[in-house]
Amino acid sequence: MDVATFLIQCLNALQYGLLLFLVASGLTLIFGIMGVINLAHGSFYMIGAYMAHALAPIVGATFGGGFFATLLLGLVLAVLLGYLLEWVFFSFLYEREHLQQVLMTYGLILVFEEVRSLLLGDTVHGVAPPDSLAGTIALGQMMTYPVYRLFISGVCLGLALCMYLVLSRTRIGMMIRAGSTNREMVQSLGIDIKFLYRIVFATGVAIAVFAGMIAAPVSSVYPGMGNSVLIICFVVVVIGGIGSVRGALLAALLIGVVDTFGKVLLPQASGVLVYVLMALILLWKPDGLFKAG
Amino acid sequence: MKRSEVIFVVVAFAAMALFPLVAEPYGIDRVTKIMIFCIFALSLELLVGSTGLVCFGQAAFLGIGAYAAVLLSPSDGPVSLLWLLPACMLSAAAYALFMGALSLRTRGVYFIMVTLAFSQMAFYVVHDTPLGGGTDGIYLTNKPVLGSLLDLERSLPMYAFTFVCLLCVFILLALILRSRFGRALAGIRVNEQRMRATGFSTYPYKLAAFVLSGGIAGLAGFLFAVKDGFVNPELMSWHLSGEVLIMIILGGLGHLRGALLGAFAFAMLQELFKSEAIFGDFAKHWHLGLGLSIIASVALLPRGLVGVPQQLGARLLGRHQSAPGATSIEGAK
Repeated sequence: MDVATFLIQCLNALQYGLLLFLVASGLTLIFGIMGVINLAHGSFYMIGAYMAHALAPIVGATFGGGFFATLLLGLVLAVLLGYLLEWVFFSFLYEREHLQQVLMTYGLILVFEEVRSLLLGDTVHGVAPPDSLAGTIALGQMMTYPVYRLFISGVCLGLALCMYLVLSRTRIGMMIRAGSTNREMVQSLGIDIKFLYRIVFATGVAIAVFAGMIAAPVSSVYPGMGNSVLIICFVVVVIGGIGSVRGALLAALLIGVVDTFGKVLLPQASGVLVYVLMALILLWKPDGLFKAG
Repeated sequence: MKRSEVIFVVVAFAAMALFPLVAEPYGIDRVTKIMIFCIFALSLELLVGSTGLVCFGQAAFLGIGAYAAVLLSPSDGPVSLLWLLPACMLSAAAYALFMGALSLRTRGVYFIMVTLAFSQMAFYVVHDTPLGGGTDGIYLTNKPVLGSLLDLERSLPMYAFTFVCLLCVFILLALILRSRFGRALAGIRVNEQRMRATGFSTYPYKLAAFVLSGGIAGLAGFLFAVKDGFVNPELMSWHLSGEVLIMIILGGLGHLRGALLGAFAFAMLQELFKSEAIFGDFAKHWHLGLGLSIIASVALLPRGLVGVPQQLGARLLGRHQSAPGATSIEGAK
């Protein structure tokens, strides 16, 4: 492996890891703060990717098009969807046992998949990256690297930074952190925890949808894409330590590296490497790398 | 067990025993499959409902049992059931011993994910190596025999054999749960800390439950392989682990009959929504109906299907009901 190939694989690993982080961070927030095991989280990623595909012509007809306008519209819809879902399906589940939530969210996966199939069919679609980001940059003499992938990494890094700042520096971040440690205490201090939960849930959904939308041009849009990302996101959340955004970032990057280089160096064993990594880490640290709270 | 529960179980088994008298071959085939799922669900119920260990890798044991049945059968002639069946159960139990010994170090959601990790490892071994024939799977050319008594090529003996296995597993588990060992498992489910404080070393109990559960799931895998004459990596995929978990939650945790009810209800719902006679063209979107009925069951039946009579009774008598939790995952927050 020469230097340029190595560099490209590093960039791929970074981009994959950061994208995973984006999906998993919503999961770890919902999981760590609200204590809800949300199996439907992968579906939000899928919904995002399909939105990028299906909204583009609509946005094109009404606002004159543009990838970024589609992104914005998708985000607004995602927040609405998250807000509504929390209100209808999750608000009565907090007092129930966790396995009831598992059952409920499993049902939601099936419903989302079928509604998607009814509305948009089962064919695989490609989504074109925006013209401004469609080019490539040269690495060394022979290799090039698509700008769009660099754009994904940049956006993910920016969002990670935003999330860190919001959680650690703002008042609402403080409330969220407090809510994850002790729900009743926060409530008795006069903070509307239900509203807080709804915000957290809507944000988590929006981040996953956003991740799906920006991933659509590189991964294409296909049925079942939510399920494949779901399990790997749970792996990220658990390795990082439930509820820890910092842990999720580290774990996602780790998995990005292991998976990308595994596919290059050990193609026969690439699928299993991630799970071996998870088993080793959890046997070494049974509560993940960074336990929140 | 209350008398009404005993009656329910007896009636259910009697119905299964008498079913072939009225059914056509398609029905017999379907119910054989559902009964195998019942055995599989019972094996998980021992872990989740009775011990409070939520295992998300149960399909690994099923798959190992099934693959063992194929790989241990020689290609030149049939092999005796008497040693193939125990061999399959032992291989599954051996993997359960390995997996349990390591994963029981973790708790709650971490335990769920470690069991998933170990089952995915088994999945990739059969999926990516020549041993398991890759995604295509392998065929079982010679089904095992028991002298000339049992011809598992035909569907009726297969049905009877599966039924006997299910009955034995159910009775075995019912006896185990009433024994001192079963009481200890229940204690671990309710409060492991307190069990340790009263002088129980809980780890060996949990490990024993894990191994037993793996062996029973291996039995289900063996039956799968013999019934279909064919195994593929799908048998070890996490989708199947998830599906069987959904079955026992749907049925109601903490009761053996919940596993039976759940397996039957899940299969019946699938059959119903897949039926083109009822839904016509819409039948290919059967996931939608299944998903909606699962959501409805969570909203309306907090204790699963086993709680229905109690709920109805409470409704009719106008009593207010409280919903005690059957299982909670410690450390999930």
